[in-house]
Amino acid sequence: MRSFTVSDFLTIVTALKWTFLLVGIALACGGPLALLLALMRSGTARLPRWLATGFLELVQGMPLLGLLMFFYFGMPVFLGINVPAIVAVGIAYTVYTAAFLGEIWRGGIQAIKHTQWEAAACLGITRWQQFRYVIAPQAFRIALPATVGFLVQLIKNTSLASVVGFVELARAGQIVNAGTFRPLLVYSIVAAIYFVICFPLTTWSRTLEARFNGAR
Amino acid sequence: MALVEISDVHKSFGALEVLKGVSLDIEKGEIVTIIGKSGSGKSTLLRCINALETINQGEIRFEGQPVSTTMPNLRTMRQKVGIVFQAFNLFAHMTIERNITLAPVLTGKVAKSEARPLALDVLERVGLADKIDAYPEQLSGGQQQRAAIARCLAMAPHLMLFDEVTSALDPELVGEVLRVMEEMARQGMTMVLVTHEMNFARNVATKLIFMHQGRVWEQGNPGELFDNPQTPELKSFIGAAA
Amino acid sequence: MPDLNFRPIWRYQDQLVEGVLTTLLLTAVATIAGLVIGIAGAVLIRSGPKPVRWLLRIYIEIIRNTPVLVQIFIIYFVLPSFGLKMTPIQAACVALSIYFGAYAIEIIRSGLDSIPKSQIEAGMCLGITRMQVLRHVILPPALRNIYPSVTSQFVLLLLGTSIASQVSADELFHVAGFIDSRTYRSFEVYTLICLIYFGLVISFKLAFAALGRLAFRWPVRR
Ligand SMILES: Nc1ncnc2c1ncn2[C@@H]1O[C@H](COP(=O)(O)OP(=O)(O)OP(=O)(O)O)[C@@H](O)[C@H]1O
Ligand SMILES: [Mg+2]
Repeated sequence: MRSFTVSDFLTIVTALKWTFLLVGIALACGGPLALLLALMRSGTARLPRWLATGFLELVQGMPLLGLLMFFYFGMPVFLGINVPAIVAVGIAYTVYTAAFLGEIWRGGIQAIKHTQWEAAACLGITRWQQFRYVIAPQAFRIALPATVGFLVQLIKNTSLASVVGFVELARAGQIVNAGTFRPLLVYSIVAAIYFVICFPLTTWSRTLEARFNGAR
Repeated sequence: MALVEISDVHKSFGALEVLKGVSLDIEKGEIVTIIGKSGSGKSTLLRCINALETINQGEIRFEGQPVSTTMPNLRTMRQKVGIVFQAFNLFAHMTIERNITLAPVLTGKVAKSEARPLALDVLERVGLADKIDAYPEQLSGGQQQRAAIARCLAMAPHLMLFDEVTSALDPELVGEVLRVMEEMARQGMTMVLVTHEMNFARNVATKLIFMHQGRVWEQGNPGELFDNPQTPELKSFIGAAA
Repeated sequence: MPDLNFRPIWRYQDQLVEGVLTTLLLTAVATIAGLVIGIAGAVLIRSGPKPVRWLLRIYIEIIRNTPVLVQIFIIYFVLPSFGLKMTPIQAACVALSIYFGAYAIEIIRSGLDSIPKSQIEAGMCLGITRMQVLRHVILPPALRNIYPSVTSQFVLLLLGTSIASQVSADELFHVAGFIDSRTYRSFEVYTLICLIYFGLVISFKLAFAALGRLAFRWPVRR
């Protein structure tokens, strides 16, 4: 056992970059997928709607820890080769993000009245343009508070990547704690760092929500 | 002793003084209509009578007892004073029957087994007996308002307050509600109404109150006041309403 | 397709059933305790004394803005140094209750706030007691308004109990780790575990939907 030093603190703080990397991957890959799912679910074509619904229900019905393990152990099974942990973990977070954001954005899209689609259709623009220029901006405004709320969940849940040995913030805390055995100090620091990142986002989400409700 | 005695009532919301010394007596059997511009304090006065607002000064007595939000028999008083609102305020999660019988049953006025006959009785008086099992959202505005009146009638109140009860209704639905109120007036109910229905104020009311800037500006016999307003404010108000 | 072999896992049926039961127990305890915290907290945060409201706000913000994993670690690893020794299951129950309670306060408060003042006044004007107004006028529509959030938060809680495995509370996910270490069929084990969670979630969702249809029959304006 040794004492807690500045370098321990730095170990924890530098692990943040892996936390942010995970969040970045999840949003960059999961975001477009979420949009696709949201469109499939709010569209009229039956097969895509069912597929998207099935996917969303399935992913939302499993613990994120389970998804992580599934892809971590599954990638070699699917591909026949071992892949770096970051790939498996990245895929798990992508799938997770796609499902939850997909659901939130579907809600946003479906909150827009049908007459808006009709009005847009009357302009003689393509269906994608109708979505892009008329529906999406309104849906975005509606779904933004929940989207920011999900971002907070995502940041907090990157802590679970530690179970497959991925050294992000929470895992760094565990490692430092194992060396120093100062759980109160170490986990307080870890919690404080998460809090400093998440609290402004939560506050922003709530402000957006209040503004939106006020505008209605 | 008048049924309601209001003497020198002042009421402020923060810095805004809404009632600036209102005095008024309401005798048993009277039909009092209150008219006046928006913001003149009509709703506030009604809400004070029912102790929905705390007054800052003065006194209100109902059947001789001082009324306040902290009075000992607040609930007994409210059981005797029915109030009907502009927005109906029926409970959407209850059938019309349950809306009507909730208070009589909870306060022990009627036994559970007599609740439905009671509901039927008051609904017949407002012409809605066939809607006893409907939910509020399944009724038209006029029907909802009549159901709200029936809900008050079921408590057999000594006094009924009406705050612009026809203002939220489509024009063609106003008549059915006014007819119910006329019938109640004929049967001797003491009523205080805030209304924009000038015909009702002139033909049914026994007393007319014109409120202006938080005061009772003029009061008296409706016919006389309408034909012969004493103040320029009432004159212009009647002119604008006609 | 590589060879998949689920057969070795079947021997651990009993452990799996135990795991499911422990998961359900954790969920039930946290739900009940959390709802109690939620109801008391919502009432206090609406009309309690100012210091209490501030404390509740701080509690909610801390819980909502830090990972459950870290919360469980703190309760399991830190509290013993203050003389509060707990088994993993106990620590998980406490942590998950505190966690669910924070969300429950916010949800229940929004439910109470969603009832217009005019409805409450209409109730008061009928001369019934405050408790009767709460029970008959406020509660039914408030419950209906928060029902979707409550049920989805419940599902998140059910799935979240898996995090208790990280302090070795032997709920379903921890059982998975155990079977994995015995059989080395990692992929099969975790696939099966995911499907079990999925089955639980779908069953609850269907039950909640049926219950909701039964309980909330009155028509509403949209
Ligand atoms: N709860 C409140 N808080 C603050 N101000 C209030 C409140 N209730 C009423 N007021 C103010 O008191 C004044 C009188 O309101 P009141 O509702 O009594 O008017 P009214 O004569 O009924 O008008 P209307 O014809 O528009 O219904 C208004 O200026 C109103 O804005
Ligand atoms: Mg008014």
